[in-house]
Amino acid sequence: MQALEYPAESANSAAEPGKWVIEAEALSKVYKMGDEEVRALDGISIAIARGEYVAIVGASGSGKSTLMNIIGLLDRPTSGVFRLAGADANSLSRDRMAQLRNREIGFVFQRFNLLPRTSAQRQVEVPLFYAGVTGQPAAARAREALERVGLSKRIHHRPDELSGGQQQRVAIARALVTNPSIILADEPTGALDSKTGAEVMALFDDLNQQGLTLIVVTHDGHVARHASRQITLSDGVVVEDTKAGAQ
Amino acid sequence: MTLFRYGWLSLQSILANKMRSLLTMLGVIIGVAAVLITLGIGAGASASITADIESQGTNLLTVTAMNGANTLTLGDAAMLEDRQLHPEIDSVVPEYTAQAAVAAGENNESAQIVGASPEYAVVRNLEVAQGSFFTAAEVESQATVAVLGATLAQDLFGSSDAVGRQFRIGNQPMTVIGVLKESGGAGFGSNDSRVFAPLSTVQGRLFAAPRYRGDLTLTGLSIAVGDSTLMDTAEKRVEETLRLRHALNADDDNDFSIFNQASLLDIAGSVTTTLSIFFGSIGAVSLLVGGIGIMNIMLVAVTERTKEIGLRRAVGARDRDILLQFLIEALVLCLLGGAIGASISYGLGGLVGLFPAMPFEIIISGEALALALGVSTATGFIFGLYPALRATRLDPIEALRYE
Ligand SMILES: Nc1ncnc2c1ncn2[C@@H]1O[C@H](COP(=O)(O)OP(=O)(O)O)[C@@H](O)[C@H]1O
Ligand SMILES: [Mg+2]
Repeated sequence: MQALEYPAESANSAAEPGKWVIEAEALSKVYKMGDEEVRALDGISIAIARGEYVAIVGASGSGKSTLMNIIGLLDRPTSGVFRLAGADANSLSRDRMAQLRNREIGFVFQRFNLLPRTSAQRQVEVPLFYAGVTGQPAAARAREALERVGLSKRIHHRPDELSGGQQQRVAIARALVTNPSIILADEPTGALDSKTGAEVMALFDDLNQQGLTLIVVTHDGHVARHASRQITLSDGVVVEDTKAGAQ
Repeated sequence: MTLFRYGWLSLQSILANKMRSLLTMLGVIIGVAAVLITLGIGAGASASITADIESQGTNLLTVTAMNGANTLTLGDAAMLEDRQLHPEIDSVVPEYTAQAAVAAGENNESAQIVGASPEYAVVRNLEVAQGSFFTAAEVESQATVAVLGATLAQDLFGSSDAVGRQFRIGNQPMTVIGVLKESGGAGFGSNDSRVFAPLSTVQGRLFAAPRYRGDLTLTGLSIAVGDSTLMDTAEKRVEETLRLRHALNADDDNDFSIFNQASLLDIAGSVTTTLSIFFGSIGAVSLLVGGIGIMNIMLVAVTERTKEIGLRRAVGARDRDILLQFLIEALVLCLLGGAIGASISYGLGGLVGLFPAMPFEIIISGEALALALGVSTATGFIFGLYPALRATRLDPIEALRYE
């Protein structure tokens, strides 16, 4: 059994340019629907530094999810350059993309995406399985991650035994367990009431304080205000990119 | 071993979804149980028939006189036993059998009375449980003694010891000197309900056996052949001698028939092989149906688990991780199903063995078990591959969005 079977290369190349964990240059994504072309992203250039807390906002259909999929290495751009932790998405194999998703990125979804009938601890162990960590070490790291999100007393609970807020915190623990550089969250409070939503956002603030890079897609102004930088998309183009301090 | 990790992963998933897993396995459980039980019945029936035949002696030729022919005699027996003429024949036991009423006190039965020489017990593998078989001296003196089959002794004398007791065959009083061990074999005319008595007594005192050229006639001969590979030769030579002695012309039919036990064994063998193939194919077809069932439910499971696949992709599963997960899950399900099916068939086999009325046991051989488990593993692989490939081809973005 190999523990963390990835080469050290990604960590090094990420440390080398140092500052930028995400770099996009003239990024485009074009969907072809028969004769028609949909330019979901139309020449986006952004750079996000390590430790930043970024909210991506914009109207429905403006390209937020498409951008998140590319940042999350679930999809490749049609043209332009995208680098995650220094690795160029265009030159990565499918397997390598999967490895980077496992190691560098933690996903948080609007609908939690927990496995049914599976305990919190097992949920959190899932990414470790693909990192080659199993058994006792995996269990220990899963419990550690659940502790970080304040769920150490719920490790044996299954999704149907947890509230929405608790389920989302299990999902966040799952995103944290491989110690990624970035957390990507697509409408993380979309399925929660305002109180539990606020609790989740407080947890995000904590994680950002601990040095994690956070990118949150939201249409909710309250949520966006937690971020230190707000990128607004419209028709696949960045129309506004403001830092909280700069206003 | 990485494969063990996937095995463990699939066990977790199987345990977390017990009902779905059970439904998936059902076809294989039934298929494997069907294969093992049908093969077990075939093997059991075959073993029982073979044992039945062997208990009557496999190196035995049985000559039976045609009804009304009245030409088979002790002279024939003497000539067949002549070492010079028939070196392949060990011994010839003459027999005169007829049906008669037997009675002891209130109890009346109708039974076959077998008159023979003492060697009859040897060539027919008769085992005496109480008392003894009759002797050459008793044959010489036309003694009114008899040995009873176990069931008949029970019918005439109940559970009390029959040896030494009196009974009648027709009007002739007889003394029981022995009772046979129960043979149980029901197949080819059981010895359990017969009476065995000295040949001379049966021919002379009980029935007025007709004579042929001065000799008392017989109803049959039991011929023991020394070397069982010479059965066919012996059969042919016995036929020649008897035709000659019975003065049959070239175009006359035999006035006797010869029954060769060894050929019976061959026939029984080929019948049971055919039966095993027949039952085995039924079982194999049910395994195939079980496999298609697995594929069906696995395909449904892949759709049902689209979101899980998307999530696993997002957290770092590669193509082969997804492929192996679903393939190994199908394999583990089939192996588990196979193991459950095998346990069921062993359980049923044992249960059937508890019923004394069952004419034979269900014998599940190691080969049959290996075959059934092998086929169910292959089933899991073949029918698990397509759903696993489908799972691998799902687009992770679509899969994550799937509701
Ligand atoms: N798989 C796809 N095929 C075709 N068009 C798509 C696909 N995904 C997104 N689009 C289109 O791209 C545009 C941007 O979509 P999306 O990134 O989902 O926007 P948002 O998340 O901001 O609502 C929309 O016009 C949408 O219809
Ligand atoms: Mg969207």
